[in-house]
Amino acid sequence: MPNTQELQDLVVQVRRDILRMVHKVNSGHPGGSLGCTEFFVALYNEVMELKDGFDMDGIGEDVFFLSNGHISPVFYSVLARRGYFPIEELNTFRLIDSRLQGHPTTHEGLPGVRVASGSLGQGMSVAIGAALAKKLNGDDHLVFSLHGDGELQEGQNWEAIMYAAGNKVDNLISTVDRNGQQIDGATEDVLPIGDVAEKFRVFGWDVLEIENGNDIEQVLAGLKEAKSRTGKGKPVCIVMTTEMGNGVDFMMHTHAWHGKAPSDEQLANALEQNPETLGDY
Amino acid sequence: MTKYTDQGKQDTRSGYGAGMTELGRTNPNVVALCADLVGSLKIETFIEENPERFFQVGIAEANMMGMAAGLTIGGKIPFASTFANFATGRVYDQIRQSIAYSDKNVKICASHSGLTLGEDGATHQILEDIGLMKMLPGMTVINPCDFNQTKAATIAIAEHHGPVYLRFGRPKVANFTPVDQKFEIGKALMLNEGTDVTIIATGHLVWQALLAAESLENQGISAEVINIHTIKPLDDKAILDSVKKTGCVVTAEEHNYLGGLGESVARVLASNHPAPQEFVATQDTFGESGTPEQLMEKYGLNNKAIEAAVLKVLKRK
Repeated sequence: MPNTQELQDLVVQVRRDILRMVHKVNSGHPGGSLGCTEFFVALYNEVMELKDGFDMDGIGEDVFFLSNGHISPVFYSVLARRGYFPIEELNTFRLIDSRLQGHPTTHEGLPGVRVASGSLGQGMSVAIGAALAKKLNGDDHLVFSLHGDGELQEGQNWEAIMYAAGNKVDNLISTVDRNGQQIDGATEDVLPIGDVAEKFRVFGWDVLEIENGNDIEQVLAGLKEAKSRTGKGKPVCIVMTTEMGNGVDFMMHTHAWHGKAPSDEQLANALEQNPETLGDY
Repeated sequence: MTKYTDQGKQDTRSGYGAGMTELGRTNPNVVALCADLVGSLKIETFIEENPERFFQVGIAEANMMGMAAGLTIGGKIPFASTFANFATGRVYDQIRQSIAYSDKNVKICASHSGLTLGEDGATHQILEDIGLMKMLPGMTVINPCDFNQTKAATIAIAEHHGPVYLRFGRPKVANFTPVDQKFEIGKALMLNEGTDVTIIATGHLVWQALLAAESLENQGISAEVINIHTIKPLDDKAILDSVKKTGCVVTAEEHNYLGGLGESVARVLASNHPAPQEFVATQDTFGESGTPEQLMEKYGLNNKAIEAAVLKVLKRK
């Protein structure tokens, strides 16, 4: 088990990976990726029980689904640094003939990815299906999923939220990244989502909140608490408040960096704020 | 040639239900999902015998398709079923991303396809679903012709790894294929050998094609009838072998002429052996309420329409 400092070092290194990946191809989504870095690092290095290697069925291990696929940079970096594929492959992000597509896919055979995502609102349904398969298989491992808050505007989520509670899918932990931003502005300006925790609660979920999703200790504590609440007849939701663009001062407090890459100067500035810890790819 | 006779009218959806019953007993990985249409899909026996392997999702088809994709992760073989309109058009992006692009082993099973669901009218009568599904890379598209073939197809697709769209219908129609006929995905079936014209039919139109061939024979016209139950992958060789012999073709389907079997056949011919073709299909229109027979008559989807198309195409040879 890594200690908190080791996880924090990994967080900083992943941030560097994200920034360098999107800068290289002048495209991609750094904002949400930076905001969810602590979550991914904690999940893949401390929280999930994972087998060595990768197989699609994931029997006998926890599995994860990224519903808001546009934050692929953080997903790819954390998968690579967890050993799913060579970290040098991060160099191929969004390039022709790459397994690291703009949005994650199984189609190119990238280890660690179990479903395509990018068209929003579909991941929770897939996660529910995988959770039901685990129950049928007598596999007591868990299914985790991550969703953007803006993504909750897609109606399919509410079908899934209703199903999971109504059918006691209690081996599922769905986290909502409540960064309050989406492409066109603040979520509450574009289409108000309101009290996410309360909405899940009235649908019948067990809900907990992580007040600062960019504090690795809080994220770890929240995820562990969520695990302890599984198997009790309710699906578990974590409403995790994060700062889009976290770790880079000029990318925070705005939706501007949702889907925009930094210039050469901006990259240099951002990397200076996140000094190399574990070695760049 | 085998002379096909009507063994009694049955609905193809009941063939699906019978296939599911058998799969429930023989394949423990098969699971079923349904969106509030269990009775219409005839899967009561499967549910009664395998309650833990059935998921009632409610009126929420998008969630159903995503759940089906997820159930494959862990080795299940999900059969997600509802009406054809709600199994395709309503959830196209869910099928596209979570199932087809994600290479998931999901069987999308759609009843009430085409016009012949009848009185419910155009909101439920999808005539575009073959086109929608065949355009998805990796998707297999199957439209069996009767009860026996639908049952056989249901059982066969469980053994095929990959996404499948299985299309069937509501009305009771002639059940004429042998009960023990092997179902091979992608393999066309020669039902009647002929020399003057090839009739290539799918789904409910196959029986109508046989009726037409019989009538044409009495007029001295020798019609070859091919049952294309698999629209994708298409049996190019069977089509070309026949049309090279006859020199012209009529395609027949309960679907829009845009995007259906006819266009797939036209592509094969245009690329390999151009020949005159007539299309028995709906003419880029929505349906309406009526009995199945009235609708088939009005929209030109019966044996008489096929016969007329044959006479027309023969003049173009």
